[in-house]
Amino acid sequence: MKTRLAILILVILLALLPAYAGKYAVYVVIHILLLSIFSLGFNLLFGYTGLLSFGQAGFYAVGAYGCAKILLAYPSLLVGIVGGVAITGVVSLALGYLCIRHTRIYFSMLTLSFGMMIFSLAWKWRDMTGGDDGLVGIPRAALEIPGLFKINMTPMENYYYVVLAFAILAIALFHRIVHSPMGLTLQGIRDSETRTACIGISVRKYRLIAFTIAGLYAGLAGAMLPPLESTVTPPLAHWSHSAEPVLATLLGGIYTFSGPIVGSVIFYLLKDIIVRFTEYWQICLGIIVVALVMGFRGGVVSIFLRKGGRP
Amino acid sequence: METLIFQGLVGLSVSMYLWLLAAGLTIVFGVLGVLNFAHGSLFMLGGYFTFTYYGLLGINFWLAIALSLLSVGVVGYFMERFFLRHIYHMDHAYQLLLTFGFILIFDDAVKMIWGGVAKIPPMPSFFEGTVSVVGRPFPVYNLFIIGTGLAVAIAIWQLFEKTWWGKMVRASASDREMASAIGVNIPTLFTGVFVFGAMLAALGGALGTPVRVVAPGIGAAMIIQAFIITVIGGLGNLKGAFVGAIIVGTLSAYGILLFPVFELFLIFLIMAVVLMVKPQGLFGGG
Repeated sequence: MKTRLAILILVILLALLPAYAGKYAVYVVIHILLLSIFSLGFNLLFGYTGLLSFGQAGFYAVGAYGCAKILLAYPSLLVGIVGGVAITGVVSLALGYLCIRHTRIYFSMLTLSFGMMIFSLAWKWRDMTGGDDGLVGIPRAALEIPGLFKINMTPMENYYYVVLAFAILAIALFHRIVHSPMGLTLQGIRDSETRTACIGISVRKYRLIAFTIAGLYAGLAGAMLPPLESTVTPPLAHWSHSAEPVLATLLGGIYTFSGPIVGSVIFYLLKDIIVRFTEYWQICLGIIVVALVMGFRGGVVSIFLRKGGRP
Repeated sequence: METLIFQGLVGLSVSMYLWLLAAGLTIVFGVLGVLNFAHGSLFMLGGYFTFTYYGLLGINFWLAIALSLLSVGVVGYFMERFFLRHIYHMDHAYQLLLTFGFILIFDDAVKMIWGGVAKIPPMPSFFEGTVSVVGRPFPVYNLFIIGTGLAVAIAIWQLFEKTWWGKMVRASASDREMASAIGVNIPTLFTGVFVFGAMLAALGGALGTPVRVVAPGIGAAMIIQAFIITVIGGLGNLKGAFVGAIIVGTLSAYGILLFPVFELFLIFLIMAVVLMVKPQGLFGGG
């Protein structure tokens, strides 16, 4: 009950955000929401299924480029986002079919390689992706269902509500997924592949489903980026961007539902603060990762939970 | 036809850098069971150290290479002794994450020390010439690289087959506890193997300095190539690493000639095909 109340208060605070916070805060919160969606999907693979992917940025970029191409051709926000997510679904299903042939280290290597394959496409396939210039001038098209309504998206506050709505939907759906029999199956696979297979479950099929869902979440986060920034560039697909959900999740805690979300908040704010002081943000990040792995593997949320009992 | 042969030789010389890189990765993985994500960064460090000793300080080329191997060996020693050693018992994911943290640290560290711009030291004068291969000028340096790569392959094979140290390494790779029981000092041996692998990567980076660019971020680019090689060849298998390196090196040489835009794509395609047909890699067992 307590948790529900806390969530309700948090949602109300977020819904009223544009009323009491400035433009920059709204912008920051949009980014945190995107990273949260991105990280949640990643953690379905890592925390729940035990597969460490280093190529999620590839799917993020597919969603971003997909949405951008659609918006440039047909300016409708919903079509752009849904289209971007759909394209990502197809790509992650296809690459997932290859990647889940391996687990553990091999899986990480494969996802990294295929993620970089998408990066090299974004970089070199100039006719389609604009090469290293990326795609520019992407409109923040109106949210529109012809015949029903049309909401202007030019003020960032309006767009913020679209992102917030999608984020809440994505998080709620994620909660359903991990608490469904499927979520338990995935955790079973993580804890013992052999036993799960022995009770008649197709491990491969469930891994592929988890992979595709993770891809869809990355695609959703990616698809909501171009209307905000009005540009997409190849670094979105780079492996160092794949590292962001990895680090956010690790910071927050991998074996908890809220870990990736809490981690995303910490990660983004930390980055925002450190970048103000030094251009060497990566080295700080590296030191944090090493410290986390050496002696802090449960993440922030688990420390909190140990003190406060169960959520 | 002539282009085919010539480009094949070019590819072979590229393969040798990849082989030196993949060899260290494979040996460390095979013995320690750790996949070192930062292995490409050690390759990069080898390049930077050589650039400093040879390009900036003007030390003799051979001595500069030896010094840079030593320097990277020291870095490797610290990585293994103070960090990796404490996580051998943990899940593979954490080992990847830890070494990934090192990529970030090394990348920014070289930016701090050497700046963000790419560096190319001068070619040692005795390597400047070319020889005629099928009527075209082929750099002597590339021949030297091919020779060195093959020599290292033979030396590694001899080391593991013939020497006492090599036997201890192979023993602890196949059964850690038994090797320990008959008196092999496993922690020291592991440190040694890691340093050895680091130095192989550094040798690749060092030899690459006069012809390839040394820049921040090449470590990550190299480790991806090394991963592709090990996926094709089979993880933890030296023969696989050698053949995989030659496949990837030659393919990228031909690929750049045939489809300049999608050269990288071709390599990923080969990897996907190997995965479909033989998921454990060409030389991987089980």
